[in-house]
Amino acid sequence: MRGNCEAHELIAPGSLRGVLELLAAEPGVWTPIAGGTEIMVAYAAGRLNLAKLVSLWGISELRFIRVTADSVAIGAGATFIDLRRHAEFCESWPLLAKAASWIGSIANQSRATLGGNLVNGSPAADSSPALLVYDAEIEMISVRGSRRIPYREFHTGYKRNLLALDELVYALHMPRRFSRHKQYIRKVGTRRAMAISKVAVAGTALMDDGIVSEIRLGAASLAAFPTRLRKTEQVVIGRPITRELVAAAQEALLAEAAPIDDIRSTAEYRRRVGANLVTEFLMELARKDAKP
Amino acid sequence: MSEFRPSITMQVNGKIVTVIVPPMKRLLDVLREDLQLTGAKEGCGEGECGSCSVRMDGELVNSCLIPVLQADGAEIQTVEGLATNGVLHPLQECFLACGGAQCGICTPGMLMAAAQLIARNPHPTMAEIREGLAGNLCRCTGFLRIFESVLAAATQIQDSEADKANHAR
Repeated sequence: MRGNCEAHELIAPGSLRGVLELLAAEPGVWTPIAGGTEIMVAYAAGRLNLAKLVSLWGISELRFIRVTADSVAIGAGATFIDLRRHAEFCESWPLLAKAASWIGSIANQSRATLGGNLVNGSPAADSSPALLVYDAEIEMISVRGSRRIPYREFHTGYKRNLLALDELVYALHMPRRFSRHKQYIRKVGTRRAMAISKVAVAGTALMDDGIVSEIRLGAASLAAFPTRLRKTEQVVIGRPITRELVAAAQEALLAEAAPIDDIRSTAEYRRRVGANLVTEFLMELARKDAKP
Repeated sequence: MSEFRPSITMQVNGKIVTVIVPPMKRLLDVLREDLQLTGAKEGCGEGECGSCSVRMDGELVNSCLIPVLQADGAEIQTVEGLATNGVLHPLQECFLACGGAQCGICTPGMLMAAAQLIARNPHPTMAEIREGLAGNLCRCTGFLRIFESVLAAATQIQDSEADKANHAR
């Protein structure tokens, strides 16, 4: 069954205000479409059950990257190419820059937006692990005003989030205080390009005299939505990296991860590889810390 | 059911065109059906294969994933716009010379992805060529010859520019 273009309405108010007023006037009726790299795939396959779409493409108020002395604000409409081309951003938030390079191909990166990646809410979302370990905050906007919450609280279940029916994601904010942190990110997929991840893990950590004084671990495809690995972090924090600690961290991850079997991988594989990735990060921390 | 038929104006290969079509019609279908530009092909229809690649406002895009309303006011370049006045683009020359095309279905997309790469990065390494073309699949497995074609074209463009610079001097 192919998509039928007559079956869907699509309008382009052309301004943020215009979109927000439409969402406020008819909450839940209109679905925003930005670069279309998810929605148009469902459409082409004839499984898009959304009658009314409102375009966010070309709204310049949503497409920005503002780097300041202590933070960055990224508009929800910034594309992954926009992120990759912003040298100062890439230098200061390398894990998210790396994740941007994982998104599909160049032709996908030129259309797919950061906001779209998060609202789509795939458990495998490429940008999520990096945002989680950089303590990102997500800003949502409606005609009622805007609000900002930690990104780690945004997803509430499989493809569910805290957006109200009249809200859009406006921006992501990240503090610039990870320059002294050891940083890690790795995606495991079928091939290097165009692959949706089987599992991905990001990490930021501070070592203090051989002790892990701070650690954040963010994961994709280890639960119904992208999550911090809080229990694994708790096991590691405040301890030196020893063989016993690595084993305890692996055990904690195997216990807290809740992946599923699907077409891309199995729950068992994801759990094991997730544990391997965390191990790799801990070993890197131990090695880097040993250097003078 | 949507009765709304916006008037869409685009600059396609340098020519201003206006079409009146449903807003969700895909750019690919408008190019092929309404503008008779059949160079861009439909392969997968889901942004995986790159055979529908065109350039829009200086960026490489999959035209199968673009509702035409989002292309209103845009500059589009398709494979038909690569040659100028009947003279093949160096990329097309090199695809011919290096055996970069076999069955030809992926070729228009490969050419546009390569054109995008060279426009942004005139001196690409082999690794950069592989990344630039990673979203374009070739079922004839002619990837190495395709990469070599792009490398040859980039070199040819650099040489001809060096010649021009020498003449100017």
